[in-house]
Formats: sequence, structure tokens, C-alpha cells
Amino acid sequence: MIEFLKMGGYAAYVWSSYGIVAVVLFLNVISSWRRYKNLLRRLKRIHSENNNVT
Amino acid sequence: MSVKDKVWLWFHRMASPAYFYKLAGQLLPWCIVATIILMLVGLVGGLVFAPADYQQGDGFRIIYVHVPAAWMSMFVYMVMAVNSAIFLIWHIKLSDIVARSSAIIGASFTFLALVTGSIWGKPMWGTWWVWDARLTSELLLLFLYLGYIGLRSAIDDRRVAGKAGSILALVGAINIPIIHYSVVWWNTLHQAPSVSKFDNPSIEINMLVPLLCMAIAFKLFYLCILLINSRSELLEQEKRSNWVKELVTSS
Repeated sequence: MIEFLKMGGYAAYVWSSYGIVAVVLFLNVISSWRRYKNLLRRLKRIHSENNNVT
Repeated sequence: MSVKDKVWLWFHRMASPAYFYKLAGQLLPWCIVATIILMLVGLVGGLVFAPADYQQGDGFRIIYVHVPAAWMSMFVYMVMAVNSAIFLIWHIKLSDIVARSSAIIGASFTFLALVTGSIWGKPMWGTWWVWDARLTSELLLLFLYLGYIGLRSAIDDRRVAGKAGSILALVGAINIPIIHYSVVWWNTLHQAPSVSKFDNPSIEINMLVPLLCMAIAFKLFYLCILLINSRSELLEQEKRSNWVKELVTSS
């Protein structure tokens, strides 16, 4: 296990690469999903208010 | 009905916002599951089962994120450029939606290709950065993505923004073959491709399989993001239409 984490002496390079990729991809998922959910919520509010008025 | 009519009918249905929105929603869960499975297989294969490189030791394992990210940086740009062309010629709104839904994730892949390449370059070449043709043209690609995002957000009128963005994306597409052939045309520090020669790939099979898994996983990941983003863009664009009204009030 320790051998695996050491990556033959390249640990800092290998794990930082994988870490940055994980973070950037994760941020993409979060921001896209949040935007979608917030939009749905906003549209729901707008349309239900309109229905109450008319 | 002739084949041509059928194709047109399919095309029009696909381009209908309500239909595309529904279809994207149905595809998304499958896409997410497939992305996760392939990414796990690729990660375990690449980090555990692939043998260490005879020259670079375990340092070569950066390949499993670097190369897929670099491939995607160009692939996503081509998706943007093709959809920009379709939008400019046939005014199909869905194409503009696909193009602008791809910009941020495309820029992310380009950024990752540059950063992981830099981290890989330090132990292998002894430097974080060189101004060689491959690295410079990839950096230009990042600026093209950022320019596209900036241009679109600077113009309020959606139609004008779509047109301006599409033209920028199309002009920038000239950079894609330059990136691809840069290692062939110029004498670069960056190595020549070792995978794309499929008749005689100069990479071992248990190194290659995880790489292909990761490449497909990245492609599917892009598809997931594209599906979510285009659903948002469709909702935004069609917010006053009846189908959106029914959708949000029924649920």
C-alpha cells in the first residue's frame, strides 16, 4: 500500500495531477447541477405566481 | 415516406426543444452510471495493473489523465465549431445551445491538459514549461475558449452573442489541426503520438486499455455535463413557453 502511494518516487507529481483533475471535474458537476436546480426552482416560482394572478 | 423525409423528420424532432429536453433527461442517468464505471475501471487499470514504464517508472501514470484531457480539449472544440457552423448556416438554435454548453467544460479540459502536462514535464524534461509548438498551440486553445466565454457574456442580445461566438469558434478551429500536427511539423520537446498509430501502437496492451477506458470515460463525462447544461439553457431560452410552464408546475 505504501509502495503504491509512493509511486516509485513520483508521488508528488502523480497525485497532484490526479487531484487537480478530480477537483476541476467535480467543480464542473457541482456548478452545472446547481445552475439547473436553481433555474427549475426559479421558473416554478414565477409560473405558479402567474397562475395565481390569472 | 422516403428516407430523406424520415431523416428530416428525425432532425426536426431532435431540434424541438421539448423533445430534446425530455430525451436529455432520459439519457442522463445512463450516462452518469457509464461514466463512473469506466472511470473506476480506467483508474484501477492505470494506477494498479499497468506496469511501470521502463524509462519513466511510475511517473508515466500521469498519462491516464493528461492524454484524455488533451484529446477532449480538441474534441469539445470541434463540437463547438461544427455546431457554430450549423447555427450560422441553418439557424438551428439547438446547435447554438450545444456550442455554448460546451465552452466551460472544454476550457476545463484544456486547463487540465496544460497543468497535468506541466506537472509531468517537470520530472521528465526538467522544466514546467517550454514555448514549443504543442504547448503554445494548446495554450492558444485555452485563450480561444476563454475568449468565446468572455465574448458571449459581454453581449446581452442572445442572437448577436450567438452569431459573434459562432464566428469566433469557427475562426479558432484553424488551431485544432495545428495542435494535432504540431509534434510532426515542428521539432518539439513534446513527444510524438504513441497511441494513434493503431496498426502498430508503441504502447503495451495493458497500458493501452486503461487509457482507452479513461478516454471514453472523459467523453461520457463531457456528455453528462453537456446534457445538464443544455437542459438549463433550454429552460432559460424557453421559459415563457407552454411546455416549460407545464413542466415546472406539474412536478
